Amino acid sequence: MPNLQQRSILNRLFEAPAIGKMAPGTALFVYGLLLVWSLVVLFPLYWVLITSVKSAVDVNSGPVYLPWIDFQPSLHAWRELLVIDYEDTLRSYINSIIIALLSTLLCIIVGSMAAYALARISYKPKFGNILIFVLAMIAGCYTVWKYGVDWKISIAVAVAIWFFLVKSIGRYFTRSVGNGDILFWMISQRILPPIVTVVPIYMMFQNLRMLDTHLALILTYTVVNLPIVIWLMYDFMNSIPIELEESAQLDGASRFRTFWEIVLPLAKPGLAATTLLILILAWNEYILAVFLSTSKAQTIPILVSAMNAGERGILWWSMCVVIVIMIIPVVFMAILLQRFISKGVLLGAVKG
Amino acid sequence: MTNPPRSRSARFSEWLDQQSSTLFITPAVLLILIFSIFPLVASLIIAFSRFRLRAGSYQVRWVGFRNFEKQFFGSEQFHFLGTFKGMSLFGWVVAIAVGIALIYWLYRYCRRQFWWLGFIGRIISALMFFGLALLFCATLLSGHQFGTLGVTLFYVFAGCSTQFAIGLGLALLCAQPIHGRTFFRVIFFIPLMITPIGIGYAFRMLADTSKGPFSPLWQWFGLGDFSWSTDPWAARVFIVIGDSWQWIPFVFIILLAAIENIPKDHQEAAQVDGASGWQIFREITWPQLLPVAATVMLIRLIEAFKLVDLPNIMTAGGPGIATESMSLHSYFAWRSLDLGQSAAIAYLLLFVTVVLCVSFFNYVVIGRLRNNPT
Repeated sequence: MPNLQQRSILNRLFEAPAIGKMAPGTALFVYGLLLVWSLVVLFPLYWVLITSVKSAVDVNSGPVYLPWIDFQPSLHAWRELLVIDYEDTLRSYINSIIIALLSTLLCIIVGSMAAYALARISYKPKFGNILIFVLAMIAGCYTVWKYGVDWKISIAVAVAIWFFLVKSIGRYFTRSVGNGDILFWMISQRILPPIVTVVPIYMMFQNLRMLDTHLALILTYTVVNLPIVIWLMYDFMNSIPIELEESAQLDGASRFRTFWEIVLPLAKPGLAATTLLILILAWNEYILAVFLSTSKAQTIPILVSAMNAGERGILWWSMCVVIVIMIIPVVFMAILLQRFISKGVLLGAVKG
Repeated sequence: MTNPPRSRSARFSEWLDQQSSTLFITPAVLLILIFSIFPLVASLIIAFSRFRLRAGSYQVRWVGFRNFEKQFFGSEQFHFLGTFKGMSLFGWVVAIAVGIALIYWLYRYCRRQFWWLGFIGRIISALMFFGLALLFCATLLSGHQFGTLGVTLFYVFAGCSTQFAIGLGLALLCAQPIHGRTFFRVIFFIPLMITPIGIGYAFRMLADTSKGPFSPLWQWFGLGDFSWSTDPWAARVFIVIGDSWQWIPFVFIILLAAIENIPKDHQEAAQVDGASGWQIFREITWPQLLPVAATVMLIRLIEAFKLVDLPNIMTAGGPGIATESMSLHSYFAWRSLDLGQSAAIAYLLLFVTVVLCVSFFNYVVIGRLRNNPT
């Protein structure tokens, strides 16, 4: 057995003293790298923060790093956006809050209901019925396109024909698709780049005179984020023991009550993590907002890019103020909900 | 025994309960049908037509494949595919090597197990890969510009591999027995929460070589006049850096959770037996991490194809078209009211995305899962 004294310095630095502990050299290395990455993460944020209190001269004359030492911080951009010109900022901010919150809420409700249903109820839509539906819709679209029929009438007729056919000849079809196929179909919607669907959505809302309204953005965001909710919540619902629900159903609770009073409370950690993720996505979404909102429903990411449009060039200081006030609420939420995220809630769905 | 007469509300709630299995799933199906499937079909129709906005209404004219033709062979070819001016020898060698590798791959599949659907799928994937390889060889390896398709693929592969490497590294670091793990976790998570636009503009400030925070450094290197947005490759790398900064936290947080889920006893046993850190990682951690890692990369792959905000803000697609992703290309086409082109490009993007993601899922993710039944 080698004597401790004879070991070289290097060995002592890099050999773990005990299981589950780090050698001093390794510790130095690990903490060093972690600090470097913290700097990489925090420095851009620091730069945005100090740019928001710089004057135009300080921004344009070259880099200055430390407030009160390098330059005199001033709140002129903050005052301009929050006091003098507060209407525009406030409106965008409130729009963003309304749209992000409502679309997240809708998305979570619809998504977790669908996820629960797919995890617990077995669906067997007949293959033939789906085919008829697709054909009816194609026929409906064709009549609108070719003969200029009003689209509401044509859709209504198509749905009525489909319903009639399903009721009459539906039972002769035998092949059906299962829950797994429905789940895959829903999740695969996430592959769609928004740019593919946004032009028709734009025209649809234009047709309904709903462009630049909150509802248009709420619905669109909901659908864009729905696949994520279904995916994450499906796995979570599957991991909830089924016995509780069965005993509730034996006691005569309806499925809605079981869902509301037993499943949802048990799924809370998953709901929290999913909510945070969807909220972040809805809060930060830009490209759909560009298409669907112009002034009334303008969200705050649009306000950020609006600081670029003036003839004075980019108003870096104002832009940084907007970015800072955009980040603050999300960071608070994340700190509140971080224990749910770190618990590996998102992991469940990813395990495959 | 007779049932007591029930009130209308009780009957209604009973009916509601009977219909609950339909009611649970209908909202999601309806929303997806209206806002996802209908636009998808409408977009296809637009892609095959010329679309003109008139005052208050629009006019659609069927033009067949002309929009697509323009992208592949017509006036937009340089924009979408890149510039072709003859292939260099090196390009030919690489293209032929890729072709042989793909044929061998198909041959091996036929030898092992043959299923006609799997074979057709593999032929589609192989043709796609060969087409992309040919494109890559004819443009980049022959020293010509490549178009938005090549740029998109560059973003996807460079971005995903950077994010995976750094995200995995950080997750491994954070899984060590360190103090302040929660602190680091929250700090590292922050970039994911910032709007891509904010990131775009913040990185534009940081990258400014004359007024940005690193300008003394640039001046010291004698690169004071250098600008990220005038050199095509520098601009592309710059966008990958911004994208990676945003998405590393996502890879990190999920991989960290996966590492923490691995039971510690194997690792400790290996440590007692005197295995080195690298051996422990390769033999114990990595195989158990693999399914999660493959799925995380699939998610990132899907999202990376949609990249549009960052190039739009950081470089506006410039210099020239050097940083234009396909989404951005489509967006620019929409902005110039050329809706047919816009939809055609969007559909091409969808096609590339679906084929590549499905290939990745079928050949990599499922293959890995089968090899490691954990």
